[in-house]
Amino acid sequence: MNPTAYALRIGLARGWIEFRATITRPQELFGNYLMVPVVLLGVLFFMRDTTVAGTTLPLASLSLPGVIGMMLVYGPMTAVAVLLSAEREDGTLLRAKAVPNGMVGYVTGMITRTALDTVTFLVILLIPGVLLFDGLFAGGPGGLLTLLWLGSLGLVASVPLGLIIGSVVRSPRAVGGWLFFLSGGLVAISGIFYPITALAGWLQGIAQVFPFYWVGLGIRSALLPDEAAAVEIGQSWRHLETVAVLGAWSVIGLLIAPVVLRRMARGESGSNVEERRQKALQRL
Amino acid sequence: MVMVSAVDSSAHPAESSAEPVVIEARDLRMRYGTLDVLRGIDLVARRGEVVALLGPNGAGKTTTIEILEGFRARSAGEVSVLGVDPMSADERWRARIGVVLQSWRDHGKWRVRELLRHLGRYYAPYGMPGRERPYDVDKLLATVGLADQADQRILTLSGGQRRRLDVAIGIVGRPEVLFLDEPTAGFDPEARRDFHDLVHRLSDLEDTTILLATHDLDEAEKLADRILILAAGRIVADGSAEALARRVAGKAEVRWSRSGEHYLHTTDDATGFVRELFAQHGQGIDDLEVRRASLEDTYMALVHRHEAGQGVEAAAEFEEARR
Repeated sequence: MNPTAYALRIGLARGWIEFRATITRPQELFGNYLMVPVVLLGVLFFMRDTTVAGTTLPLASLSLPGVIGMMLVYGPMTAVAVLLSAEREDGTLLRAKAVPNGMVGYVTGMITRTALDTVTFLVILLIPGVLLFDGLFAGGPGGLLTLLWLGSLGLVASVPLGLIIGSVVRSPRAVGGWLFFLSGGLVAISGIFYPITALAGWLQGIAQVFPFYWVGLGIRSALLPDEAAAVEIGQSWRHLETVAVLGAWSVIGLLIAPVVLRRMARGESGSNVEERRQKALQRL
Repeated sequence: MVMVSAVDSSAHPAESSAEPVVIEARDLRMRYGTLDVLRGIDLVARRGEVVALLGPNGAGKTTTIEILEGFRARSAGEVSVLGVDPMSADERWRARIGVVLQSWRDHGKWRVRELLRHLGRYYAPYGMPGRERPYDVDKLLATVGLADQADQRILTLSGGQRRRLDVAIGIVGRPEVLFLDEPTAGFDPEARRDFHDLVHRLSDLEDTTILLATHDLDEAEKLADRILILAAGRIVADGSAEALARRVAGKAEVRWSRSGEHYLHTTDDATGFVRELFAQHGQGIDDLEVRRASLEDTYMALVHRHEAGQGVEAAAEFEEARR
């Protein structure tokens, strides 16, 4: 068997082991998977009596898809960037480098794990969401299909971005902070918590460059009835444009990520890891 | 610099020289900015040989090893490991190399057997008749003394147990060349002895060529067929522990005092020197002491002078002393 294909398979197993090792530890199960959905659902629950102006749709039902869209981009991107940066620091990456085709397995493992995490997160958020709020999945099973292709495309667009950021930024503590602020700014203008059409034109323009808006829009199209498109730009779900923009991000990311990753991995050695270890020990 | 080729040949019985060269470096240099870390290293290791790179911290041991592992680009010189330049080597080459890394907190949530099996799987496509890869994981765990910890999460291991796991990971692919950087740092005496047995077994039974960096002379003496002493970016001595000891054992330090002043002289012929001393000064000699210099004395003096910033001179003196 081709060793690269074989390493890909080992990577799938690696992702599963990492996922299982995390979700079976109670403190991580809560911290990584439950806390954010519980808080988000809680906030939406208190907004359940407010309706969107001019419709009978509850604001909570409109926001939930946006929140899911946000987490579909922000979650994988941040998780991958922080993990990669942290695992450079602690020597996980060096271990991968020391075995044949280890980097292929390592990256595959990370993507697999992130995908599993994302699906878990979606399920935890969606099932109570559908039960608690009205008007979700009004369009029937077609919505589930949209959710599936859009979620996949969102992952393919955001994971390479995380890989690039995690390779470029050295400190895992810095990565998390930067991404939080940057994403926070973009989320604010991407129509996640209120319709984007309420914003100034130039802000709408900026928002439409980045994946947050498009994934959010796509998830709304999957979960909400068609009349909800009335508050969107052009009163349409714009699936074609969504595919174009997210596809462009994916292609760019997939082209750049391997180059940046390879360059970053080339610079890793035992003494780098030791140096960072000494620094980390000083911080304690 | 004068290489001690005489020591080299006396250290090797003729049959070991017939083994193929596995690791070779010629005039290897490394410079960071204006700092020369390696100033022209020449080294050769043959199949099945255990070579220790001995030297104080900062002598360039880790840099040398990382260049040979293919983890670091060199500034100049030629390097070949298993006939390939490590910087342009492919994954097939990587599969024949074992690296024992100093772990810290990676894979903490994984279980011991789980990680060893996972990393071993990468080697499976590279097995050959007579050299199946990887090793059987449970046997390997028993060999390094981790059979009882196989199902434990790695973050619950003690420091010594983690190092054993590092060693197991380094050899799981049944390497033809194994690199070890300060392998027994943090080992208790028993773990250290077990580890030494393991290294001997690997070189004797598996024909593994082993290059280990250490600052511990005792470890180098116990493990290595040959010791290279590295100081200030140069190899200043190259030979078996016995050969190096023989070189310096002939030397003796003579101390005495005369009219309240203390004197020290190093000589090859202590008896002759003392006879001469008494012939000249007779009753004036007091506090006479004659001491054979051990390899350790000489090495310690070298290290001490190197750390005082006189590495090159000290190295030159060491050369002198052995001629």
